[in-house]
Amino acid sequence: MSASVSTSSIDLDKVPSRGFARIWGRSQSVIPSLAAVLLLIAMLVYAELAYGRVFHMGTMSSLLVSFAPTIILAVGMTIVILSGGIDLSVGAVVAFTSVAGVMLMDIGVNGWLAIVLMIVFGAMFGLVSGVLIQYFNVQPFIATLAMMFLARGLASILSTVPVQAPDDSPILLLATDFKLIDGPKVNDLVLTPGFFIAVLVVIGAFFFLHRTRSGRTIYGIGGAESSAQLMGLPVARTRVSIYIISGALAGLAAVVYTAEVGGKAQNVTAIGWELDAIAAVVIGGTLLTGGAGYVLGSVVGSLVLATLWMIITKDGTIRPEYLTIITGGILLVFVLLQRVLTARRRR
Amino acid sequence: MTSFLKTLVRTPWFWGIVGIVLLLTLNVIKDPNYLSLGINPTTGMLAGNLLDILRVSAPIIMIALGMTFVIATKGIDLSVGSIMAVGGAAAMESLSAAGAPTSVGAMLTAIGIALLLGAVLGLVNGLLVSVIGLQPFISTLVMMLAGRGIARVITGGQNTNATNEPFRQIANGQILGLPISFVAAIVIVVLVSVIMRRTALGLMIESIGVNPAASRLAGIRPRPILIAVYILSGVLAATGGLFTVSEVMTVDVSGTGYQMELDAILAVVIGGTSLAGGKFSILGSTVGALLIATLNKTVLFLGISAAATPAFKAIVIVVLVLLQSERVRGYVLRLGRTRSRKEAVA
Repeated sequence: MSASVSTSSIDLDKVPSRGFARIWGRSQSVIPSLAAVLLLIAMLVYAELAYGRVFHMGTMSSLLVSFAPTIILAVGMTIVILSGGIDLSVGAVVAFTSVAGVMLMDIGVNGWLAIVLMIVFGAMFGLVSGVLIQYFNVQPFIATLAMMFLARGLASILSTVPVQAPDDSPILLLATDFKLIDGPKVNDLVLTPGFFIAVLVVIGAFFFLHRTRSGRTIYGIGGAESSAQLMGLPVARTRVSIYIISGALAGLAAVVYTAEVGGKAQNVTAIGWELDAIAAVVIGGTLLTGGAGYVLGSVVGSLVLATLWMIITKDGTIRPEYLTIITGGILLVFVLLQRVLTARRRR
Repeated sequence: MTSFLKTLVRTPWFWGIVGIVLLLTLNVIKDPNYLSLGINPTTGMLAGNLLDILRVSAPIIMIALGMTFVIATKGIDLSVGSIMAVGGAAAMESLSAAGAPTSVGAMLTAIGIALLLGAVLGLVNGLLVSVIGLQPFISTLVMMLAGRGIARVITGGQNTNATNEPFRQIANGQILGLPISFVAAIVIVVLVSVIMRRTALGLMIESIGVNPAASRLAGIRPRPILIAVYILSGVLAATGGLFTVSEVMTVDVSGTGYQMELDAILAVVIGGTSLAGGKFSILGSTVGALLIATLNKTVLFLGISAAATPAFKAIVIVVLVLLQSERVRGYVLRLGRTRSRKEAVA
């Protein structure tokens, strides 16, 4: 595996000595993320030229607000994938925690307490996955696949019909519109607290990954686990906490999503969201094998997916059944791109 | 006698059979007539819960069989459920386009198209894994996404239905009182086992699972074998899709084969094929598939919502992977050793 844990530490014997080559060598791990940024700009420009009203505050706000849960999930997924793992359970955990949370609110549990409990439930699924993976050597995708089915099944045991939170639940406050910029007619920049939660999560994850020891340990585990172990890094504790964080963020995404849809929750929501999150992370330039990548790249990846979704809705001639094929295709292209880049770096 | 019992208890699929018996007992407690077979007056054919279980098990046996070899090479195929939908969609679309309600030719065309599509999708998986060298779970995850989309494109997003009596007979007809689909599944299982165990193919698959580099040095070329394994999995998944749509003569593009990949993985794990790769048990996977079919039917029979079945399967899979893990095995071994030592002292 490549030893490049960040831009500043690359294979020393391979650092080209002069000029452009050096910059090229240092910036290789940024290339996939840069490609994602270029793709995003290209897609936005194309959409603006083809359909108009894209660089439009109204369109932008609905795009950002409706993709806030995806961004939160993508942040959690980035941390898991950086460590060389995968979490397939996040979509089902969103379904379980939203149904469980809304039902708690319905039976009169304090609304804020219910929100905290939603995040705790999510963290508990993560704890189980983490323990299975770290202490029982279960492959990450098997452990989290099991949690995916457990969470989906438990959500269905709770209720197979949509449940609705009471009208006075505090969770609904998270979807209050805040008009930041009052544009002409309906062209306003309107954002919700849910969106700001997503922004805080991104900022928090950025500092956690790049400015703390635990963050560095995560890159270390993904780069080469045995070296991380030999360096005395707390591999076991960190790996379990990675899955707890991912689960807790899934719970938080459920809070934001439930608020956004007006306090409604159903056992079949969020099917396939784990794939969106994985796609966002991979498009954003994080290596699927772990050890290299950026949380901000995953945000760009989420926005690429959001723009794709917007283009398909605006276009109207692309039938929705092509959506999964296109997402799968883009995912594949980016995985192949990573493959080419890592192969070149190893040579 | 005791040594025979000991080997039996150590055989992984023995516990699968114990599970089936336990589930059936649970059903008999709820309804003492559960196991009885009778003649259905309208169709004049043998009918009963046991036959239903066998019919439901046919597609699971198919995908579990394919998954067995994929897992033996240390891979995974998450796309089997979607390929089932693609196979079913292709067959239904072709039958409804043919519009020949009794034609055997139309049935064969439909089956041919479905199997071919399954083989092509399997080939793509195989190429991604072996030539490009992507991780199996991500290649097949992409195929799982795309496959569901392809099924929707084939039918134009609709749940196509068709009428063709010969095709309907696959799941609804009987040979010697058994559902044709189940008999066909068993024939395929026997055929594949003969190919795997009477030639070196099975051994080569296991050797790739143990150590791909060492097997290459031993003269085994991993690429063609990996590709073949994924094609086989794709074809078998399409077969499973045919069995499923033949039952109701409709393809549900979002429901056919949905989440069946866990059923396949679960069946393989119950059958004692280690997820770490390197060995497989065809008989075990078949028993595992039967257990899952029984579990599906039991959950429904006990009046629990079908949507809740995944939770029970998840618990089974967690228990099984725990039993396979070194830590738990070591603990159990230590327990056994201390007990025998105590016995020796006494």
